[in-house]
Amino acid sequence: MILLIFIFVLCVFLGFELIAKVPSQLHTPLMSGSNAISGITIVGALIAAGTEGGTVGVTLGVLAVIFATINVVGGYLVTDRMLAMFKTRKPARKQ
Amino acid sequence: MTLLIEWSYIVAAVLFILGLKLLGKQATARHGNLLSAVGMLIAIVGTLLVRGLHYQWIMLGLVIGSVIGAVAAQRVKMTAMPEMVALFNGAGGLASLLVGWVEYHNHRTPDLSAAIPIYLAVLIGGVTLTGSVIAYAKLAEKVQSRPVLFSFQRAVNLGLVLLVLLAGVIFCERPASSYPLFLVIVALSFVLGVLGVIPIGGADMPVVIALLNSYSGLAAAAAGFIIQNTVLIVAGCLVGASGVILTQIMCKAMNRSIFNVLFAGFGSTTAASGEAVTGEAKAIAAESAYYVLEAATQVVFVPGYGMAVAQAQHVLRELADLLEENGAEVRYAIHPVAGRMPGHMNVLLAEADVPYEQLVEMDAINPAMPTMDVAIVVGANDVVNPAAREVPASPIYGMPIINVDQARTVFVLKRSMASGFAGIENPLFFKPNTRMLFGDAKTSLQALVSEFKSG
Repeated sequence: MILLIFIFVLCVFLGFELIAKVPSQLHTPLMSGSNAISGITIVGALIAAGTEGGTVGVTLGVLAVIFATINVVGGYLVTDRMLAMFKTRKPARKQ
Repeated sequence: MTLLIEWSYIVAAVLFILGLKLLGKQATARHGNLLSAVGMLIAIVGTLLVRGLHYQWIMLGLVIGSVIGAVAAQRVKMTAMPEMVALFNGAGGLASLLVGWVEYHNHRTPDLSAAIPIYLAVLIGGVTLTGSVIAYAKLAEKVQSRPVLFSFQRAVNLGLVLLVLLAGVIFCERPASSYPLFLVIVALSFVLGVLGVIPIGGADMPVVIALLNSYSGLAAAAAGFIIQNTVLIVAGCLVGASGVILTQIMCKAMNRSIFNVLFAGFGSTTAASGEAVTGEAKAIAAESAYYVLEAATQVVFVPGYGMAVAQAQHVLRELADLLEENGAEVRYAIHPVAGRMPGHMNVLLAEADVPYEQLVEMDAINPAMPTMDVAIVVGANDVVNPAAREVPASPIYGMPIINVDQARTVFVLKRSMASGFAGIENPLFFKPNTRMLFGDAKTSLQALVSEFKSG
């Protein structure tokens, strides 16, 4: 347990270092991209849904998988959709 | 096999870190998101290798969740992105809550080191869920976006927080026999999320969304402590930290503390904005505005939430193209809290194919503002309100703003003279160099476009 707390603390600092200098243009993709990462709870959900635990346990587990998957799949796709639009290019002049 | 699973988690954690790093730079952002998605896939596949899992239920959940997530992500309009992000966020929080619930349901006698993370995952996950749903409802205008206040609100909220802490202490002391109390904690977390977000006004949503994002990460990290899984802790913690940083940036951009945003019910009171603004706002017709624009060589657009509401980003770019053809240099000045989520305006302008290079941050445009021939305010209000500089009694005094009033001419595209969020009067409208172009932002811009085409 103490080792896990140790990892947690280190990751707080790592996270601050990683994100601190992101330009404001990328705030939305950063937010929705990191939001997708928070769907990592799907790992816990998969174990919960796959473990023998009676009707209630399995139902809750399947619901956990559904919502975590929505978070993961939706989060990554929507971030990709946004980033696909963020292209660097010459001003598209008409005529 | 166990070793393989452990390694898959290590690889996933590395990919998340690299992905986030790349996500922070324009050129590599898309690549970074892909890396992080691959990391997620590896973690999922690795988990499926865990011995003794029953796959039929897992697959059912994965398929349903994937379909809902993919359809929602494809269908959502760019203008509705803040709502969508809020909903995804809520889904993540709910998943973490459920993971905690299942763990408690299946192993009714956890010790203290298991009970604490279960309590935290349920509490934070529940708050994230209902808080996000309320944020969604406010953003989608399903409920009024103004702060909802009632008497003794702070006392009620404080009492609720104390109650949920007390329940937590009792629960963690003897988790085995506390199932009813556990359910009470679930319910309390839901109520807490609702009551926490309803007093916060629509314009403060960038802060709320960033903060809820942080919560969803922390809930995942708590779930990681429950199942003693490092990848959950690493990933959840990274998200938690990124959410905190975004929250800080948003608060700084409004010159307010996080406590002020969360608890002040900002904008609910009729703000005593010092002396009433005197003078008359001068309206201008599209035709006259055209003549000014036609002669301009430096034009800056300042978009705000009104642009999103009117879906005016495409016609805005059309006008910008015409101005460029006419020889003007066009820029877009983006205030950090314009819109309803961090970076909202950038997404909309990117959707309209506005080149990234033309987007300028507040600190970069302000020194150049006196050289601007025309500043066009499209649906922004508080972020260009000079009262933030000039009126010490104003509720937004001290907030950094885009100084459009220093441009030679300011056009304000606005529906009516009604004051914006918070009922704060905007002296900008009465400045001698300001002209009001009344009407829906999209219609007004279209009128300017057709003036250019015929002129």
